[in-house]
Amino acid sequence: MEIKVLRSGMLTTIQDLGRRGHRAEGVPWSGAMDGFALRVANLLVGNPANTAALECTLLGPELAFSTAALVAVTGAEFEGVEAWHPFVVPAGGRLKLGAARRGCRAYLAVAGGFDIPRVLGSGSTYLRAGMGGFEGRALRDGDVLQAPEIMRPMAGHWRVDGRIFPAYAPAPTVRAVRGAQADEFGGVLFDSEFKIMAQSDRMGVRLGGRRLVCIGGAAELVSSAVAPGTVQIPPDGQPIILMADAQTIGGYPQAAHVISTDLPLVAQLRPGDKLKFMEVPLNEAHQLALERERTLAILREGLAQKFR
Amino acid sequence: MTFTALGDTAVVVGLGTGIDPSVFPRVRALTAALEHDRPPGIIEVVPAYATVTVFYEPSRLTGEGERPYERVCRFIISRSGHLQADAKKKFASPGRTIEIPVSYGGEFGPDLAEVAAHCGLKPADVIKRHKGADYLVHTIGFAPGFPYLGGLPEKLHTPRRATPRKNVPAGSVGIGGAQTGIYSLATPGGWQLIGRTPLALFRPGAEEPALLRVGDRVRFKPITPEEFAAWK
Repeated sequence: MEIKVLRSGMLTTIQDLGRRGHRAEGVPWSGAMDGFALRVANLLVGNPANTAALECTLLGPELAFSTAALVAVTGAEFEGVEAWHPFVVPAGGRLKLGAARRGCRAYLAVAGGFDIPRVLGSGSTYLRAGMGGFEGRALRDGDVLQAPEIMRPMAGHWRVDGRIFPAYAPAPTVRAVRGAQADEFGGVLFDSEFKIMAQSDRMGVRLGGRRLVCIGGAAELVSSAVAPGTVQIPPDGQPIILMADAQTIGGYPQAAHVISTDLPLVAQLRPGDKLKFMEVPLNEAHQLALERERTLAILREGLAQKFR
Repeated sequence: MTFTALGDTAVVVGLGTGIDPSVFPRVRALTAALEHDRPPGIIEVVPAYATVTVFYEPSRLTGEGERPYERVCRFIISRSGHLQADAKKKFASPGRTIEIPVSYGGEFGPDLAEVAAHCGLKPADVIKRHKGADYLVHTIGFAPGFPYLGGLPEKLHTPRRATPRKNVPAGSVGIGGAQTGIYSLATPGGWQLIGRTPLALFRPGAEEPALLRVGDRVRFKPITPEEFAAWK
């Protein structure tokens, strides 16, 4: 079937869970900024969790479907659609995501996924290198996406229990483990509230507020690996949380790392929102990651019943 | 060998400090030892100047009474047994040697005069010294396929520009402190640009998209702007 992009929205890209195994060549993972929401969107339409979906940013797209399709939208709340439950768009029907009312990024999954070539093992779009997804770029008005015609019968009207969601909020407390240079900055990172700056993007969320100053003076570090979640402190003292498209190595001091479980909270922040960091030990971060996996496993099992 | 957590999904193994050609064979040896036959839960291995970083999936490494971080550290130690010997045997010898054609100066190298002034050299001498040296690809990062090269003659060390450029064209050859490198994509960047290569350093569609690999030797070969334009 064909899905025509009538309006592309602000920044709509195809993303799955990312491109693993090529960081040594400088290729970032990319993939959904909010991996939790992407996985749930896919599970809701009966797809494997790593299927490519649309990541919509702040202003959503308007799409026309040639054939009836089972879809789900998760993550941020956009005008015009009910999130976190699957629904059918009829043949010839339109689906319009308006402006985001809460959060920043929504994930639109279609049963069967989109037909897009996999580049280095992933369907994710990496805009900076123009690779992956739909022709390596964000969707534009008039683009036509292809998808297999898969209609899965589904029982009843229901939605996902909100208690399993990450604690999405416009001013969340984000848990982080200490970085290698944490001591250089005293306790400032964990004692302050920061504001999300407009220059934030898929590479990094930029924070404004109190400047972090290296106690020992500007340490000249030899570049080494960074990861999504790394909180690096450039010379201007304004922290950057590295995100899905971030470079693979860096030389700025690393004050902390947002734990994987809380990266979706950061992904849903928009310019002007605020955040605070809370330090947790590494073992707690791992425990939380395990609980998140268990939650998703239970959801997957539960949904398998609904598709029978 | 030191271990540091990089968040909850990676362990950084420290093998030395600074940009040190003598540390590099150990970085390569450890990278090779870790990449070979990776157990489930170990995702990928990223070498840099003096570190090797191992990415893992914590939820796949729990159980058996051992915490994921300790388990990854134990895996690294178990693979590092012959490190010193391997480093000497296999990785002290040079890898491939790749020649990179560069059109120095002019519109392709807008900072050549500034670098020359900083170094107290004529622009022609900067080119002569830059092309005359042997370089080693220590790490790839910043952008896909962007090589960080060690081996820049000390006389050519030049600080980065005070204000980074918003857009550096792909192929630009730059100097950033003690390093030289090649911009693989059009990106913002703060290095001093002395020339440009017509080669594509990153080809997304290719099986091996990065032109250079960690461990390659690089030599620069001057070409004229006409040769640059005619390059296929």
